[in-house]
Amino acid sequence: MTLVLAIVIGLLYAAGLYLVMRRSMVKLIFGLALLGHAANLLIFTVGGLVRGGTPIVAPGQESLLPPYPDPVPEALVLTAIVIGFAVQAFALVLIKRAHQETGTDDLDSLRCTDGAPPP
Amino acid sequence: MSSFVVLPILVPLGTAIVCLFTQRRRALQRAVSVAGAALLLAVSAGLLARVSSEGIQVMRAGAWPAPFGITLVADLLAAIMVLLTGITGLAVAVYSLGSIDERREAHGYHTLYHVLLMGVCGAFLTGDLFNLYVSFEVMLMASFVLLALGGERAQLEGGVKYVTLNLLSSAVFLAAVGVLYGIAGTLNMADLARAASLGIAPDLVPVLAVLFLVAFGIKAALFPFFFWLPASYHTPPIAVSAVFAGLLTKVGVYALIRAFTLIFIGDSAFTHGLILIAAALTMVTGVLGAAAQMEFRRVLSFHIVSQIGYMVMGLGLLTPLGLAGSVFYLMHHIVVKTNLFLVGGIVRRLGGSDHLKDLGGLYRSQPFLALVFLVPAFSLAGIPPLSGFWGKMVLVKAGLEAEAWGVTAVALGVSLLTLYSMTKLWNEAFWKPAPTDGGAGAEATASVPLTLLGPVLGLAAVTVAVGLGAGPVFDLASRAAAQLSDPSQYVAAVLGPGGLR
Repeated sequence: MTLVLAIVIGLLYAAGLYLVMRRSMVKLIFGLALLGHAANLLIFTVGGLVRGGTPIVAPGQESLLPPYPDPVPEALVLTAIVIGFAVQAFALVLIKRAHQETGTDDLDSLRCTDGAPPP
Repeated sequence: MSSFVVLPILVPLGTAIVCLFTQRRRALQRAVSVAGAALLLAVSAGLLARVSSEGIQVMRAGAWPAPFGITLVADLLAAIMVLLTGITGLAVAVYSLGSIDERREAHGYHTLYHVLLMGVCGAFLTGDLFNLYVSFEVMLMASFVLLALGGERAQLEGGVKYVTLNLLSSAVFLAAVGVLYGIAGTLNMADLARAASLGIAPDLVPVLAVLFLVAFGIKAALFPFFFWLPASYHTPPIAVSAVFAGLLTKVGVYALIRAFTLIFIGDSAFTHGLILIAAALTMVTGVLGAAAQMEFRRVLSFHIVSQIGYMVMGLGLLTPLGLAGSVFYLMHHIVVKTNLFLVGGIVRRLGGSDHLKDLGGLYRSQPFLALVFLVPAFSLAGIPPLSGFWGKMVLVKAGLEAEAWGVTAVALGVSLLTLYSMTKLWNEAFWKPAPTDGGAGAEATASVPLTLLGPVLGLAAVTVAVGLGAGPVFDLASRAAAQLSDPSQYVAAVLGPGGLR
């Protein structure tokens, strides 16, 4: 299972980086989203995959009985997903506004901030 | 255990909430915003006084023992940074009253401003790498909206670049945090320092160090990751530019200093050598970029990049004197750079343009402002007795002691070029006769309200005070550096004497 996830993470990183390096703003946002997902899966996988068991101390027990998964990476991923969702929602609105204002999807034509006059 | 540590986070949060509730009553909201910023300054000064007299302050949320619970830690460096946030925060809050238009205020400018301050303080005070990530995101979300608020074309274009690079940095940071948790089983920074000193996963740690260097390097605008900064910092209203310039990149520098004095110190020949090279290149590219620019805020933006190099240089040397230099430089730079942007805003208001070609003659009409401009400008270039001189002197001395000839030579050369840029600003905006065509000056006004001039004067006074009182300030910086050079103090304060286990 770890191997499968490792391959999936690698593919997500590759696809994300490829999209980020395209010139289209829409592809840029999708690429950033994929990179975020890759990071989340990476945390989840590196934290150790355990099938079954819950990290809750059973009644009458003093401590956890293995096998149990580490809940911390899952909590981290959950937080990161929420943050990522908010950021991506903002980014989508931003590119929509930028598209309305500039009339282009091409990142290379965003030259206004480099001192060039708007076309 | 001290709950005082959480106040610099709670005060801006409370202010933001009250600002939200007073959204429809503009005068009240403006008063709340300034009062909240003033309270933050008071609280942060109190925190620094307490840390200075009683040592490192730690707060464990819900009394959960570290490393299991959420800890907030204020050592001297963090407390100094929070105080600087307080100073800049108040200055810019007052400045915003006179410079932010009603439409932006109606769309929640003040609320976002205090959320930004909360994120910045949170990043300085957290004792946990994941909460550092969360604070970064809080800060970034607020900064994204502040940057784009208003929706002008340049703002949106700058926003796309700023958002992209910062999201990329966050993704790298998050991945590094995940892998670090996988090998160390903890994200508490003190616990990580302890784990690192035991030498876990020696083959993975350098990889992680570089990942963190990249993530924080993008935030700090280190060479070669600085492109987003000069492309975006000059687009929003001046008050927003000023607080970004003063604080945001410095959060990246702070995170670098924290991570590379506490956790990644095992292989310092590799990591800190890399940092030193990046520092030298950052200084050179920033200052050369600035020399080519002809717009007030773009010149200043490139100078942020260049100055980041100085702060990181002390970290790269990793000697107590070098770190003291870095801390001193941070103190000096945050105040000076914010002030330069604020002056830039007044110049824009008077001259009606950001472009140096359209400006001129301000010395004739505003001799006092012109003299006030010289304080931060000369300080940035390092003219004695202003604060920048002492910062550069300490760093150069540390460089010579560490026999890092190359980077020291670069630091000296770059300060000359900085003087060139500052002279250019002075000549073009203040000294040369005003351009006669008058077309660009249509929206120019002749008066400078006190809400704009007051913060500039206040920050200039801080610069002069840091310069003239360099002795005590440097003492403070060296004590902060002594804490940084000896991570066991930090570890003992967080985990208890001798560590938990």
